[in-house]
Amino acid sequence: MEFLSFLVKRVLWSVLVLVGLSMVIFVIARVVPGDPARMALGPRASPEQVATMQAELGLDRPLLQQYALFIEGLTRGDLGKSLLTERPVNDDIRETFAATFELVLCTMILAMGFGVPLGMIAAYWKDKWPDTAVRFFAIFAAVTPSFFLALLLQILAGYVLHLLPTTGRLPNALEFEASWTGLLLIDSLLAGRLDVFGEALRHLLLPSLSLAAATMGQMARLTRASMIDVSRQDYIEAARAFGIPEWLRVTKYMLRPSFVPPLTIMGLEFASLIGGAFVVEMVFAWPGMAAYGIRTILQKDLNAVMGVVMVSGVFFVLVNLTIDVLVGFVDPRVRIRGRR
Amino acid sequence: MTQIPPDLMLSNAYQNWYRFSRNPTAMIGLVIVVLCVLAAILAPYITPFPDHVGAVTNFRARHLPPSGVNWFGTDNVGRDIFTRVIFGLRISLLLAVVVLGIAIPTGTILGMAAGYFGGWTEIVIMRITDVALAIPPLVMALAVAAVLSPDLLHSMLAIASLWWTWHTRMIYSITRQLRTQEFIEAAETLGASKFHILFREILPNCVSAIAVKTSLDCGFVILVGAALSFLGLGIQPPTPDLGTMVAQGASFLPDYWWESVLPGCAILFLALGFNLLGDGLRDLFDVEDVR
Repeated sequence: MEFLSFLVKRVLWSVLVLVGLSMVIFVIARVVPGDPARMALGPRASPEQVATMQAELGLDRPLLQQYALFIEGLTRGDLGKSLLTERPVNDDIRETFAATFELVLCTMILAMGFGVPLGMIAAYWKDKWPDTAVRFFAIFAAVTPSFFLALLLQILAGYVLHLLPTTGRLPNALEFEASWTGLLLIDSLLAGRLDVFGEALRHLLLPSLSLAAATMGQMARLTRASMIDVSRQDYIEAARAFGIPEWLRVTKYMLRPSFVPPLTIMGLEFASLIGGAFVVEMVFAWPGMAAYGIRTILQKDLNAVMGVVMVSGVFFVLVNLTIDVLVGFVDPRVRIRGRR
Repeated sequence: MTQIPPDLMLSNAYQNWYRFSRNPTAMIGLVIVVLCVLAAILAPYITPFPDHVGAVTNFRARHLPPSGVNWFGTDNVGRDIFTRVIFGLRISLLLAVVVLGIAIPTGTILGMAAGYFGGWTEIVIMRITDVALAIPPLVMALAVAAVLSPDLLHSMLAIASLWWTWHTRMIYSITRQLRTQEFIEAAETLGASKFHILFREILPNCVSAIAVKTSLDCGFVILVGAALSFLGLGIQPPTPDLGTMVAQGASFLPDYWWESVLPGCAILFLALGFNLLGDGLRDLFDVEDVR
């Protein structure tokens, strides 16, 4: 019951954030630039053409009404038409989002899957060499620009060692339509195409590693700090006094509460992960939403850009909602006391 | 959080310096930062080819590998990369100074107000913070570049318009913990003004956390800025910029590796300096809440 009210509160909160986000985007799109119609048509358009376009986009109406139209479009999932591809922005984003989603998902799995154990190792051997090694790694991972790491990995694994492919999601020669979820890894398994699965995984490895490194280091650092914190608690001491075996103490009694701060920060860091995806997708020619965003920005395609920003924001809010629910699940104290 | 009154902190300055100077990572960080700042300021006097900053071309000397004359080699039009890297530090540092110069005061004041006043002030400020957190700074800068035009000033303002959120959250949580402390209650009982409580009682207790966060953030802002210019949305050529240099050199990989690898290492080096310095300050002040 208490979990339900916690859930309802969190969902309402997320809706509020999304409303705020839509206002920010509306302000950037409609108030800041002056005239989107003129921008789209270019400097040589006649006043009549501009007026027609303004009417088409609803720009001749009062601002409040424009905002209402914008919101109404959003609730229908309509983001307007892209000037670059001359298709609805939704269609463009739907096609490209799956690639970005697959990349980011794989990145999070890598970051958590390696970061948390590394942090545990560092905390267990605090001030010994494994700790020093992990901290060293964490600092370097945090300060290496993701585009630079991407380039280095591309040279090393692609050109020098010829181990992994350096661009795209699949080799051109491979015919495969990801029609169920859009995620190649899942769709190829559903279709029973193991060759496609293998290729997709090979293509995914370098981009997600470049994107994951910084977060991985961050996770290791946070896990380390919070494990050390927890290990000083009385109940851990009590567990030791009761003779509970060490492995059980570390993995069950210590890991579970230590998991909360890294998980929460992971959610907030997610914004910078999406930002990083823009760069990494460019380097690896990954056909995702971020690459689409960059292309449309260079073409001053306002509807598309706002769509990309809005979808990034919604993605962020949903991930954080999921993480908060997970945290409430892992740590009962959170759902009773509320967040933070 | 240790709570030391500011006058005592000053008298402890030497003691702090002693502890700081015994921390090897912090000292390495400090040396890197000081070195980079000095190099950036003195760039016209210490670089071998100061005129290579502009649109100079010297096609006979293009794509030269690192040597005694051109320490970092030359680029595709024959300009000395070492010179351009040193000048590129200027743009990175300028970006960090401007962004944090806006973000830190804004974030601190909003955070203190939200934490101390509570009620509607808290709700409004913290909900706005939540909204701003949902937009990645890089994406915001891209959107602004689309609406206006891609240049350094717009990028700086776009990043600054979101960066304050992290400071607000940090100062907010510190202030919330301080609000119920006895020295604040004592000041309230004595009839101190709100201004006095915020800036004379609470702010000094946030200074060490702000110092740590500022140092770490310098590194992160520099990384975001480099990513932007890598995408071609930073300062426009021919002004030397580290991210732009990595992007331009990337098309000559892997044969002329120095053209992108060495400027990339310069970004890494600069960010590393600020990060180590921030870590050292964190150990020194014993603040844990900072990212």
